[in-house]
Amino acid sequence: MPECFVAKVSEMQDGDRRIVVAGSAEIGVFYKDGDYFAYSNYCVHSGGPACEGLMINRVIDVIAPDRTYQGQTFSDDVHFVCPWHGYEFELRTGECVGDRRLRLKKFDVVRRGDDIFVVA
Amino acid sequence: MDMVRSEVRKLAAEDYSTVQHLAHASQQARERNYQDFLIVDVDAHHYESESYKDVFEYIESPVIRRQAVESAKRGGRASMLGGQIGYQDIGGRITRHELRRHDIRRHDKLGAPHHRDVGMTLEWMDAMGVDYSCLFPTPMLFLGLHPQVEVEVAMCRAYNAWLCERVLAVEPRIISMLYLPFNDPEAAYKTVKDFGDKKGVVGFMVTSPRYKPVHDNAYVKTYALLEEMGKPIAFHAAYNWNDQSLSLANRFISVHALGFMWFNMVHMTNWVVNGLPERFPKLKVMWIESGLTWAYCLMQRLDHSYMMRTSDCPSLKRKPSEYMREMFYSSQPMEKPRDRSILEATFKMINAETQLMWSSDYPHWDFDLPSVVYDLPFLSETGRRNILGGTAAKVFGLDPKPVKKIP
Repeated sequence: MPECFVAKVSEMQDGDRRIVVAGSAEIGVFYKDGDYFAYSNYCVHSGGPACEGLMINRVIDVIAPDRTYQGQTFSDDVHFVCPWHGYEFELRTGECVGDRRLRLKKFDVVRRGDDIFVVA
Repeated sequence: MDMVRSEVRKLAAEDYSTVQHLAHASQQARERNYQDFLIVDVDAHHYESESYKDVFEYIESPVIRRQAVESAKRGGRASMLGGQIGYQDIGGRITRHELRRHDIRRHDKLGAPHHRDVGMTLEWMDAMGVDYSCLFPTPMLFLGLHPQVEVEVAMCRAYNAWLCERVLAVEPRIISMLYLPFNDPEAAYKTVKDFGDKKGVVGFMVTSPRYKPVHDNAYVKTYALLEEMGKPIAFHAAYNWNDQSLSLANRFISVHALGFMWFNMVHMTNWVVNGLPERFPKLKVMWIESGLTWAYCLMQRLDHSYMMRTSDCPSLKRKPSEYMREMFYSSQPMEKPRDRSILEATFKMINAETQLMWSSDYPHWDFDLPSVVYDLPFLSETGRRNILGGTAAKVFGLDPKPVKKIP
C-alpha cells in the first residue's frame, strides 16, 4: 500500500485537515486533540466531498431525570459534515451518525519523524 | 477517463469555488457519459435577493418602488417583502450558502457583459452535466403569503421583467416558468398575456404556500389561456411555518418534510376533485419539489374515497389517480428507501418513465444530482433518458441536442 505525504507535523494545528489526492483516491486527513484520522472523501450518500465541510460537535437533547425536555446543547463528540447535504460523520470512527450501518472508508495515518503520511 | 492526480489540498475558505465544490459531481458526469445525452433540470434556483437593487428598479409603481428601495437600505430591521422563518443551511453545515460570496466576488471581478447569475448558473450546470435549467427565485417562493396583494403583483412583474431582460434574453440554456401573482387572478392572467411569448419562458409557476383555492372560477380564463398557448402551469412547493397546523412543529426538519407536501396535496386535491382535468384536458400541470411519495399516497387516498363519494366530484369520469397519472412531477427531493422495490412502485404509480422530470433544486440544501435517476436499476433506457431530459424537452419545446461542457 503506497504511503502518501500529507504534511509536516508542524504544519497541522489542532482542527486542521488536508485533502490528499492520490490517483483515484481522495482522502481527508484530520488532526484533532493529538490524533490523526483519515477517511475517504466520497460521501456515502451521493458522493459529495464528505471531509471538506464543517467540523462541529454533536448536538444533543437535554432530557431531565423526570424525562422532560430541557433544551439542546453540544456534546464533546466531534463530527464532520459533508457540505453537500449535511450528512454527519463521527470523527473518531467515520460512522454516519444518521445510520450507523454506513461508514466512510478509513485509512491509516503514520508519522515518520517530522512527516505525516496516509496509507492509501 | 480522469487523469491520475496527486496533490494535497488545504481547505481555505477564500479558495472556494462552485467548480471545486462540485468536482465529484463532474466526475460522476464524466463516468456516466452525460455529454452524450440531454439533461434538463426542471427546478433550480438563484438568490434573486442578491439582485434586489436591480430588480426594484423594474417596479412599475413609483410608490411601491420607493418603499422597496428604502426598506432594502435598512436590511435586518424590517423588510417590505417579508421573509420566512427557517434555517435551511442547517446551522451553517451547508457551507456553500455562506461561501458563495467568494463566487460572487470572483464573477463580479470577471466583468462579464451579462448579469453574474448567468455565469454562476452556467458554472454549476456544467459541473453537474446539465444542458438546460429552469431557474426559479428563492425568497420569492414565499411571496404568496404577503398580506399586501399589490406588493405581490408589483414584485412579480418587476422580477419577471428583470429575469426576462437580464437573464433569459441573453442565455438560451437558462429557461424559466415565470412567477404568477396568484392572489390577484386578473394580474395572473395579465402576466401570462404579457410574458408568455418572451424568450426562455417555458411556462408559469404558482408558489404553493398560499390560501386561495385553485378551483376558484377567477382562474378559469388563465388556465384556458395557458392551455391555448401550450404552456404548463407548475405548482412549486414550499412551507409556511406560520400555517396553523405547521406552527405545531418545533424543528425545521418537521416543517420542511410536511410543508413541502402539504400545500401541493391540498392544491392537487382541489384540482382533481373539482374536475379541472376534465375542463382543461390539454393543460399541462406540473408539481414541483414535493418529492414522490406524496402522490403515491394521495392517489390511493382519493381513489378509495372516490368510489364511495362520486357525488362529491361529479365532473370526474375516471378515478382521481388516473388524472394524476397524466400530470408531470419533478423528482427532487427524491426519497430513497432502503428497499428499492418501494421506490420502483412509486415510479410505477406516477408513470414516471413519461411523467417524471429530473430536478436538482441546486443550490438549495437538499439538492439532487442526475445520478439519483441515472443509477436506478429498474428503469428502461428510454425511461431513464426521458426522466433526465427527454420529457422536459417535449413539454418545454427544447432542442434535444446536448450542449453542456462538463469540466
